[in-house]
This record gives sequence, structure tokens and C-alpha cells, in this order.
Amino acid sequence: MTTTTERAIERFRAAAAAEGLLDVAYASADSPFGTLLLAQTPRGLVRVGLPNQDREELLEELAAKVSPRLLEAPSQLDEARRELDRYFAGELREFDLPVDWALSHGFRQQVLQGIAAIPYGETRTYTEMAAGAGNPRAVRAAGSACGSNPTPLVVPCHRVLRLSGGLGGYAGGLAMKESLLELEAEHRG
Amino acid sequence: MHRLPPFQTLLDRYANDVMATLRGAVGRSDADDVFQETFIAALRAYPSLKDDRNLRGWLLTIAHRKAIDHHRARGRRPLPVAEVEAVVEASAEPLEIPAPDDGVWEKVAALPPKQRAAVTLRFASDLPHAEIATALGCSPAAARRSLHEGLTKLRKELS
Repeated sequence: MTTTTERAIERFRAAAAAEGLLDVAYASADSPFGTLLLAQTPRGLVRVGLPNQDREELLEELAAKVSPRLLEAPSQLDEARRELDRYFAGELREFDLPVDWALSHGFRQQVLQGIAAIPYGETRTYTEMAAGAGNPRAVRAAGSACGSNPTPLVVPCHRVLRLSGGLGGYAGGLAMKESLLELEAEHRG
Repeated sequence: MHRLPPFQTLLDRYANDVMATLRGAVGRSDADDVFQETFIAALRAYPSLKDDRNLRGWLLTIAHRKAIDHHRARGRRPLPVAEVEAVVEASAEPLEIPAPDDGVWEKVAALPPKQRAAVTLRFASDLPHAEIATALGCSPAAARRSLHEGLTKLRKELS
């Protein structure tokens, strides 16, 4: 890519946002666990890709399910990046980012909205989340809602454990889930 | 089911081609503005695009329409091939394209618009005749003729 073309692309990004044509803006963000992918619509954060997830697949999924008007636009995600940095540093306990729930529906979305309300440093069980979403017997469905959480970290599905106290699962790997719980335990205050 | 790739992919893959084509078509100083118009128009239309098999050709077609609009906005008529000789003077605004080595592109930039566009599309953008025709809004035969005339003129000037 030549410098002139890069400058032209930079100008185009700004124009696309100004014209209301930037349906999904995305950017990478560093984290202690590796590179995250952050994607946002004008309504809010729509996707957080964890380091072990395939970037190209995530982008294709966004293009298919949200909108193909999808552009890399780092400056649009400055606020999200800042909040995540502070979260990983143990300085931020509650995200102030609007979430776009476009990628989850029905019962799953209800479970995820319940998860969004679990306070920092606390944990719940899959059973409790199922009950909270109105169907105490749908424990397995609650588990799969956690597993398909489009915006992990910001919707803290790492705070949901098995009834037995076991870790359950995590899209970013169990080591990451464990570290996040340790981080929060340390900064719970 | 057809799935459009993220629009970013089009920028990553084809922004350079579009820029090179536009430099040939409207000149270096205006290429950036027409580049903006091209990609904004493409982004606007993108979600309703039905055929995603030739995204490069689609983008270059838009680029050429925008280049033609640009010429029209500057008071130049679209140029039927038969009239090309007559308009050489009127449209021969010299374009500042840096010569990569032997000054060929300078000569290309001095061609009449339709020949210039055909030569640029064929050699800078590597489009087949049928797509050049689409981009120029003419028949494949007319596109081939423009290309031929452009090349003949270039050969004469370079020999």
C-alpha cells in the first residue's frame, strides 16, 4: 500500500463515518492475554474477539450477521480500548460501554443481560443464570448462552461457574477465565 | 447463500489498483477526490450487491464512472471514440504521473481520455476487454478499438 493510498483510505474512513455508512467499526486491542478484536456499531459494542479466536472468521461472521459495511477504524474504538486497559490493570470495576445485543436473541440474550448485571468480583452459577432468565431448568441452554457470548469481558461470562464450583467453560480458554477471576478477587476491595 | 466479505477486504486488496486507475483517468491531483467518491459510492451500494464474484471489476467500474462524472463536471463531454482526434487539444490537460522508468505513463497520461482510460484499465488494472467495455460504458468492440488506437499512438510516440 503506498503512502498516498493510505492517506486516501484514512480520509475515506472519516467520510464513511460522517456519512453514516460505517455500520461496523473494528480495531485490535492489546491485552495481557494477547490481541483482542473489538467491533462496534453505532448502537454499541457488538463483538469482542478473544486472543485464541480466528480474526478472519470473526470479521466474516460480523459481515454476514450484522453488516458487510465493516471497516477497520481504530479511533472509533478508543473508549472501549481505554476501558479494557483499565479493567486489566484492576482499575475499572464496571464498564461504561453501551452494548449492541444484535448477535444474541431470545433466551440467550436474557441470560447474557443477567450476566451483565453480575457485580465485579462475584460469581454465579449456570443454574442461577437460567433461573434469572425465567427458566430454572434450562441450565444447559444457559451454559451455551455463556459459551456464545458475543462480547466477553464486557458481559462478564467468566463470572459464571458450575454449581459444583467447577470452572465450567470459557471461549478464551480456562486459563484466561481463571486469571480474570483472580484479577477480580485481588481488586475487589 | 452468497456472503459478501467485510468491506475492509476490498480496501486492503484493491485500494492501490483503484488509485492507480484513477491517476491514469483523472490525473494525480484529482485522483484522491475521485477515490473518495468511488469508495463512498461503493460502500453505499455494497450491502445490496448481488454478484460478488468480481469485486475488483465492480470497484474499477465505479471508479471509471466517477472519473467520467469528474470530467463532465469540468465541462468536458464524454468522448465518443470517433471524435477522439478532434478533442485531443481540448482535453489534453497534461497529467502529472511520475515516469516509473521510461516515460511511458507520461505518454499515456497525454492520450485522449477514452484511449487513456482503455490503456490504463488494460495495463495498470489488468482488466479484460469485456470489463473495460463495462467500465467505459461502451461495447467490447469499441473498447478494443480505443485500446488499439491508444497503443498505436503510444508506439508512434515512443519509437
